[in-house]
Amino acid sequence: MSRLPKLPSVTLPQPFTDWFASRGWQPRAHQLELLDKASQGRSALLVAPTGAGKTLAGFLPSLVDLASLSPNALKKRGLHTLYISPLKALAVDIARNLETPVSEMGLPFTIETRTGDTPAHKRARQAERPPHILLTTPEQLALLLAHRKAGELFGGLKTIILDELHALVTSKRGDLLSLDLARLHRLAPDCVAIGLSATVREPEALQRYLVPQEAGETRLADLVTVAGEAKAKIGILKSANRLPLAGHTALASMPEIYNAIAAHHMTLVFVNTRMQAEFVFQELWKLNEASLPIALHHGSLDVGQRRKVEAAMVSGTLKAIVCTATLDLGIDWGDVDLVINVGAPKGASRLMQRIGRSNHRLDEPSEALLVPANRFEAMECQAALGAVEAAAQDTPDPRIGALDVLAQHVLGMACADGFIADELFREVCSATPYADLTREDFNAVLDFAATGGYSLRAYEHFAKIKRGKDGVWRIATPRAAQQYRMNIGTIVEATMLKVRLGRMTKAGTPARGGRVLGEVEDYFAEGLVLGDTFIFAGEVLRFEGLVGSEVMVARASHSVDPKIPAYAGGKFPLSTFLAERVRLMLADPKSWKSLPSEVSEWLAWQRDKSVLPLADELLVETFPSGDRHYLVLYPFEGRLAHQTLGVLLTKRLERARLKPLGFVCNDYGVSIWAMGDIGAALREGELRLDTLLSEDMLGDDLEEWLNDSSIMKRAFRHCAVISGLIERRHPGQEKTGKQVTISTDLVYEVLRRHEPDHILLKAARMDAALGLLDLKRLGDMLTRIRGHVVLKPLDRISPLAVAVLLEIGRESVYGEAAESVLAEAEHALLAQALEPSGS
Amino acid sequence: MTTLEVPVLSEFGLGDLICIPDPSGALWIPSEQLLVVADLHFEKGSAFARRGSFLPPYDSRETLARLARLTTRLKPKTILALGDTWHDGGGNDRMDRDDAEAFAQLRHGVDWIFITGNHDPEPPRDLGATVADAFTLKGVTFRHEPDVLARLPEIAGHLHPAAKVKGRGRAVRRKCFIANEARCILPAFGSYAGGLNVLDEAFRPLFQRGNFTTHVLGADRAYAVGPALLLPD
Repeated sequence: MSRLPKLPSVTLPQPFTDWFASRGWQPRAHQLELLDKASQGRSALLVAPTGAGKTLAGFLPSLVDLASLSPNALKKRGLHTLYISPLKALAVDIARNLETPVSEMGLPFTIETRTGDTPAHKRARQAERPPHILLTTPEQLALLLAHRKAGELFGGLKTIILDELHALVTSKRGDLLSLDLARLHRLAPDCVAIGLSATVREPEALQRYLVPQEAGETRLADLVTVAGEAKAKIGILKSANRLPLAGHTALASMPEIYNAIAAHHMTLVFVNTRMQAEFVFQELWKLNEASLPIALHHGSLDVGQRRKVEAAMVSGTLKAIVCTATLDLGIDWGDVDLVINVGAPKGASRLMQRIGRSNHRLDEPSEALLVPANRFEAMECQAALGAVEAAAQDTPDPRIGALDVLAQHVLGMACADGFIADELFREVCSATPYADLTREDFNAVLDFAATGGYSLRAYEHFAKIKRGKDGVWRIATPRAAQQYRMNIGTIVEATMLKVRLGRMTKAGTPARGGRVLGEVEDYFAEGLVLGDTFIFAGEVLRFEGLVGSEVMVARASHSVDPKIPAYAGGKFPLSTFLAERVRLMLADPKSWKSLPSEVSEWLAWQRDKSVLPLADELLVETFPSGDRHYLVLYPFEGRLAHQTLGVLLTKRLERARLKPLGFVCNDYGVSIWAMGDIGAALREGELRLDTLLSEDMLGDDLEEWLNDSSIMKRAFRHCAVISGLIERRHPGQEKTGKQVTISTDLVYEVLRRHEPDHILLKAARMDAALGLLDLKRLGDMLTRIRGHVVLKPLDRISPLAVAVLLEIGRESVYGEAAESVLAEAEHALLAQALEPSGS
Repeated sequence: MTTLEVPVLSEFGLGDLICIPDPSGALWIPSEQLLVVADLHFEKGSAFARRGSFLPPYDSRETLARLARLTTRLKPKTILALGDTWHDGGGNDRMDRDDAEAFAQLRHGVDWIFITGNHDPEPPRDLGATVADAFTLKGVTFRHEPDVLARLPEIAGHLHPAAKVKGRGRAVRRKCFIANEARCILPAFGSYAGGLNVLDEAFRPLFQRGNFTTHVLGADRAYAVGPALLLPD
């Protein structure tokens, strides 16, 4: 690849060339190319690694265009450029970075941010007199578009810049943004969309996203890629200690991690969960005899504390930060020269993104260290390394637009200037995720938004939107509009409780005034018993009591053994793409020499004791252990798909009267144990593997299980909130006592019995299948392995199986589990009643 | 799964009445052929819809269908609704024609008593039911809100008790009865009526020092569970 592909014909105007020259810089090829595209009115996707000057490239067309306006024209110019970022912190950060060139070139543009933190009066003024460049989030954009004057506000819009597009499009936020983008394209037909993205394997999905689609043809934005980046220097950390078979703490590697931190200027230590972050931070400080400034950063910490860490990082006073995905996205945090990834990276793209945090200069190599925490992870790290070297990336499948998000959007558009159903349907279908939306589903969503969409009885009297004689749907009441605005957004969080330092007085009332350390999910706080200790914000804390919606804690001495918070958040399943590479590695002993010796020995041992499957095969082992019989499968399809598989196989084994007791899974395999002899049943033909693993398990079995599962209830709750069926609870509103809430579980039960085809149940099923069960992946796997199943009956556990079985978080699934919990509890009461009294 | 035969725990005495907590959430008093249900909250769905939350309008229907199954099984002479039978004042007028018809069927040949509740201080008088603020039978008072100061024993509703039962590795949360020798509070029977954990402060003045047993609703029967195995939410 040549460093400078042919220069586009476009040239920079004077103040820009001078400014570049003053810095000793030259405009980069991709920056000019993007400028060229925009000047021709063409939308484009810029794919570039971090550090390539992506943001400046995105803004350059706008700056050049605005600079060409006379002072008078500039004064009259309304909103020119809209910048959308997934994080409000990123919007604020970019605004700051943009100020520098603009003020140095003496350009009189107004640049403002608008986030949830922007004061109401400023937001009102922004809608009346907008800045030239507005930096905001998808939620704020939705609110602006639901404004009655949205047409005026956005009519003159020239450019939309969508930052970190690869991260945005994978969620419901991406669906919401796509609908807003469709509306912007209609309000300002000549407007150009510029997408900024990290390297992705299939940029086409993003190119489609940027431009309005039309039925029957795929339309793509242009693609601009950055060439000539320096290759990253990535290594796998070699520990003096042997890698354990299972576990995720990477405890054995802490001394090496510490030494690497000491040997570098500034290190980012990425982990996959908040629990790991707390753990690694603790362990590093245990080794920290030199008192190196090592800090902690994760999403549950108090905002103030996070900002402090970020500021310290920018000013260069920190040596290392232990952090989670909160630092994944492209905020420019200063002079990082090493990135350490603890645990398996789970996806090649995520790894690239993280590595990109180091050396924010395009022409210098980033340096990164991968730290596997167990032997499977060692293989996964090696696979990721190969993927990065081959510049291969995993991309998630394009989304199918969520129906609950559409319901929210419909209300918003009714709040704006109202809509004609036919026109809105066409507009919605021009948004890429909704390109295949049927008119039937659209109508059902419209009905739902208007009057609930129930077949037997409609809430006509209470309609939220109504169709006028002119055929235009408008919001029916100011109250409905207010409800829409309060409910905006697609993120439904677990209720969070503040963690505050402070002791209780002797009378049992809180002595207030302590500092807020951060937030924990309510279910975690509920599990705490007075005196419990846990690690949070890098300290060992003792639970003192729950006061209102705050968790009161005191500092505990470091000598106590803390009960670590078990956060649910932040676990990513292994990507399909990396899984494929791990399977290839497993099948090819020649590739093992790059693995630590204990890992290659372990694989060789597996080959001797059991079998190593070929890349397209599924290995199934059976063996007895204790008084249980085990069935272990190794699909390498990620935790979510394995969990679903575990549930469905257990159902089938139950039906075959093999009395399954439970199962456990990780990213690589799933293991089920039973009272019945599964091995014998298979040997004697009472149980057949091909029927056990036939694809019809995704039919009735799935349906039957799913309807009663907590997964559906959770999906339904999210859909109910996003679609506006129930009101979102806002912080401070959920004080105990008489609150106007209703359990969505009860609503779900009633709805599925009386109207199983309701649009909201359809939305919830789509969500569950996509995000929580990974059904598509499981289905693909079942198809892939047909005729390629290798059964290996063993008389004892195999080396690979040990690593699966050691996974924590076993699931008990025995029949009528809930009833037996109750029966046992009653038994306990009876036993107590029969005990001699007087104790 | 082992079935534990413990019939002695699935009924309890209150004053001179023998009470059987039914897994449906109703209380059955066989000696009087009296069926007691609490907090039906008819038309809660449409009450929410009025404020813009379009809950499925099938809650009354569902509640009535469960009541119908119960009366078929137990054939009560009297049904006593312990208050909050309607979610709000306009509830009876909003009820769907089919549902109103189903409700009329349920009143046919059965004496009904509507106890007043905070949601329905004035239940409809035109449904042929006796309306009262409280009702006393063999020394036991039936009222909507449990009353700390009043004469015991009493049977009440209002609080929507639920229990979270600790098991090995998991917990089960269900609606429940909470009772001791002087007082019984029924779970809410309505389809959209939720549950308040019995360890909540609201129950504390009524059942002091953990002196109570919960009867937790199971699939086929209620399970008696003591405070030691209960968890807060």
